[in-house]
Amino acid sequence: MKPHRRKKLGIILFIAAGLSVAVGFTAFALKQNINMFYTPTQVAEGEVGAGQHFRIGGMVKTGTVLGATDSLKVNFVTTDFVSDVPIQYEGILPDLFREGQGIVAEGEMDAAGVFQASRVLAKHDENFMSPEVKAALDAAGASADNHMPGGTN
Amino acid sequence: MIPEVGAFSLILALCLSMMLATLPIIGAYQNNFLWMSMARPLSAGVFVFLAISIAILAYAFVTDDFSVQFVAQHSNTLLPDRYKLTAVWGGHEGSFLLWTFMLAGWMLAVAIFSKSMPLEFVARVLGVLGFLITGYILFMLATSNPFDRIVPLPPIDGADLNSALQDFGFIIHPPTLYMGYVGFSVVFAFAMAALLSGKMDAAWARWCRPWANIAWAILTLGIALGSWWAYYELGWGGWWAWDPVENPPLITWLFGTALIHSLAATEKRGVFKAWTVLLAILAFAGSLLGTFITRSGLLTSVHAFASDPDRGFFILAILGITVGGALLLFAFRAPLMKSEFGFDLVSREILLLSNNVILVVAAASVFLGTLFPMVYQAITDDLISIGPPYFNAIFIPLMALLALLLSIGPYTRWKRTSTTYLMQQLGKVALAALTLGVLLPLLVTRQISLPATMAVAIGSWIMLAMLQDLVNKTANKATRLKGLRALSFSYYGMQMAHMGMAVMLIGVALTSSFSSERSVLLSPGQDVGLSNYVFQFEGTASVNGPNYVGEQATFIVLQEGEEIAILHPERRIYLATNTPSTEMAIDAGFLRDLFITLGEQKEGDSWSMTIYVKPFVRWIWLGAIFMTFGGILAAADKRYRRLRRKQTELNRESGKSNSIGGELQASS
Repeated sequence: MKPHRRKKLGIILFIAAGLSVAVGFTAFALKQNINMFYTPTQVAEGEVGAGQHFRIGGMVKTGTVLGATDSLKVNFVTTDFVSDVPIQYEGILPDLFREGQGIVAEGEMDAAGVFQASRVLAKHDENFMSPEVKAALDAAGASADNHMPGGTN
Repeated sequence: MIPEVGAFSLILALCLSMMLATLPIIGAYQNNFLWMSMARPLSAGVFVFLAISIAILAYAFVTDDFSVQFVAQHSNTLLPDRYKLTAVWGGHEGSFLLWTFMLAGWMLAVAIFSKSMPLEFVARVLGVLGFLITGYILFMLATSNPFDRIVPLPPIDGADLNSALQDFGFIIHPPTLYMGYVGFSVVFAFAMAALLSGKMDAAWARWCRPWANIAWAILTLGIALGSWWAYYELGWGGWWAWDPVENPPLITWLFGTALIHSLAATEKRGVFKAWTVLLAILAFAGSLLGTFITRSGLLTSVHAFASDPDRGFFILAILGITVGGALLLFAFRAPLMKSEFGFDLVSREILLLSNNVILVVAAASVFLGTLFPMVYQAITDDLISIGPPYFNAIFIPLMALLALLLSIGPYTRWKRTSTTYLMQQLGKVALAALTLGVLLPLLVTRQISLPATMAVAIGSWIMLAMLQDLVNKTANKATRLKGLRALSFSYYGMQMAHMGMAVMLIGVALTSSFSSERSVLLSPGQDVGLSNYVFQFEGTASVNGPNYVGEQATFIVLQEGEEIAILHPERRIYLATNTPSTEMAIDAGFLRDLFITLGEQKEGDSWSMTIYVKPFVRWIWLGAIFMTFGGILAAADKRYRRLRRKQTELNRESGKSNSIGGELQASS
């Protein structure tokens, strides 16, 4: 093999080795950090494994938001109009968190069957429903329009 | 009537850009001087008509013309004038018009500052840009015309601009980001022009470098502005969330950073020619990917515009045609690009190559994490999301490695560098950096943290190496000052950008390690301690703005019993939409930020709130500002101007003989 070819081969091998290590690490990290998304109905039917960290999405059920008076704890119920899941969150809710609005929460179920949220997301565009919430409502065979007072948003 | 003029002007811009996309490129093939020389006036025409369009849209906003649907959806009579004007980019249609207008601006700049390049090349560059603009205007007219009317009954008042956008950050972040983004279209056009001509020498790299540097500098600034805005506006105390819409600019930035380094190698040594072209295509693809993700509504994110599948398909089609076509052309031309391989394993070429490999791997892993949920959903129908831990796990080690190699780069020579020379130069620097890394965080914060130690060590490694390089480079001159003056702008640009990287790295690591936050419920008169500060809640008073009502709280911050700041966080309700919004209060400092977010009023006078102490957070954006200046300095190097002057004279002479030929051709 000519020297410059050998050098070229060396560089290509160097890049290939670097890339495969990177791909390996990436695949591993990806596998460790996937959050599944479930609808309230899926949660009610017990599809979620114990201790699993996941995301849940649905509408905030009207009349269910209860804030503690002496701490930052908030309880509310999320629904896809078929099943309900109670959620507890400690902290300040996003600006657009409101009853009757779609939200996505991240966290896990506790022993009592309450979803302990570590993060609550609400959209900042009112005309826009997050794809996850929409999918949850579609999956449950319900549409927000039929259920929300005041018709479409 | 006036909005129709805007739409009409858009159609005229379309006609001109269609001519621009075809005539000059055909002219370049047939060596038709007349057709090639139409590129510049046509570019100017496209720019003028797009400028008229966007000015008319702004006029519709300022005059509250709610018969225009886009205005009705994004403005309100109560909206302050500065936001009325900038609400032009407050939604999908207008922001896309801004995007296209920016591209036309870049195109005009190329038309003006390209006297030094052969006309044939300029015709191709402007032709490719005209092709892109044609696609963008078609997209606007077909799916998202900002001048659509509401007939027959326009609303009396508009729906108002999203309250989160009514802020100074909104005035500057989108235009800056877009300007950086579309700047890479220019670089792409240069690469395409080179591929089209089939002349794959290093000339295109030389012409392209200043443009790539400026686009990169502006993109850096745009991303940093977005991060800074999110930090003080969204009120969650963070500055980067790995949000699916933050990621494409970052991907573009990573490719762009790789590109400006690889361009250096291509220009100076004629190596990595094909690779550089590929990077130009990838950086451009990254910018289109950003558009696609934001505007298709496929991913959940704070940035998502109202979703519309048609728009997604259209942008995907533009992406497919331009990037697919470019890659196809690349595949045909790649064999023409013979690179020399005359360098050793320890050489500047290899270090630049390592820089490229690391940056491309980083970009690819961010790309994977961003798009994986979409692909996963398409295959399994399950919805998933990828959390920040994934990105952190990959990105942080890669950047640490990059930063380690970064200070060796300037010491290496092209072709070959002896290892002993490097050891002798950098051995002491490494030792000093390590000592500083251990001692500094310990002395300043009295805490030990491995990330902080590593970041300060790597940061000082970069800065000390830089100082020593300056000392070396000025050693042989009569005086140090003369030595400093003799160094080129591009050298200073490089060092400044590298220093920016060091500053940013330290900021990121120290903020992540030493930040503290606390969510509490306080009544007036109560206080709470955090870190070594005491936050005293004085009470609230109501405030009324032009289009909102709200409550303003007063806090006194004490450090060791002394008052150091008074903070006024607010909680507002915007009247038109009845949306609540929190306004953070920040006491910014070089070494730390104090930060309060007001939650809501609970029982009695008590309020929920979150308080943050964030050490060194400003360094993140300071680093980005250094990088921006570095990029601009490098582009301002005298070398380019000298070359330009020389070439311009040459072109003028050959232009004379050419123009005769052109006229002959035109008349025949």
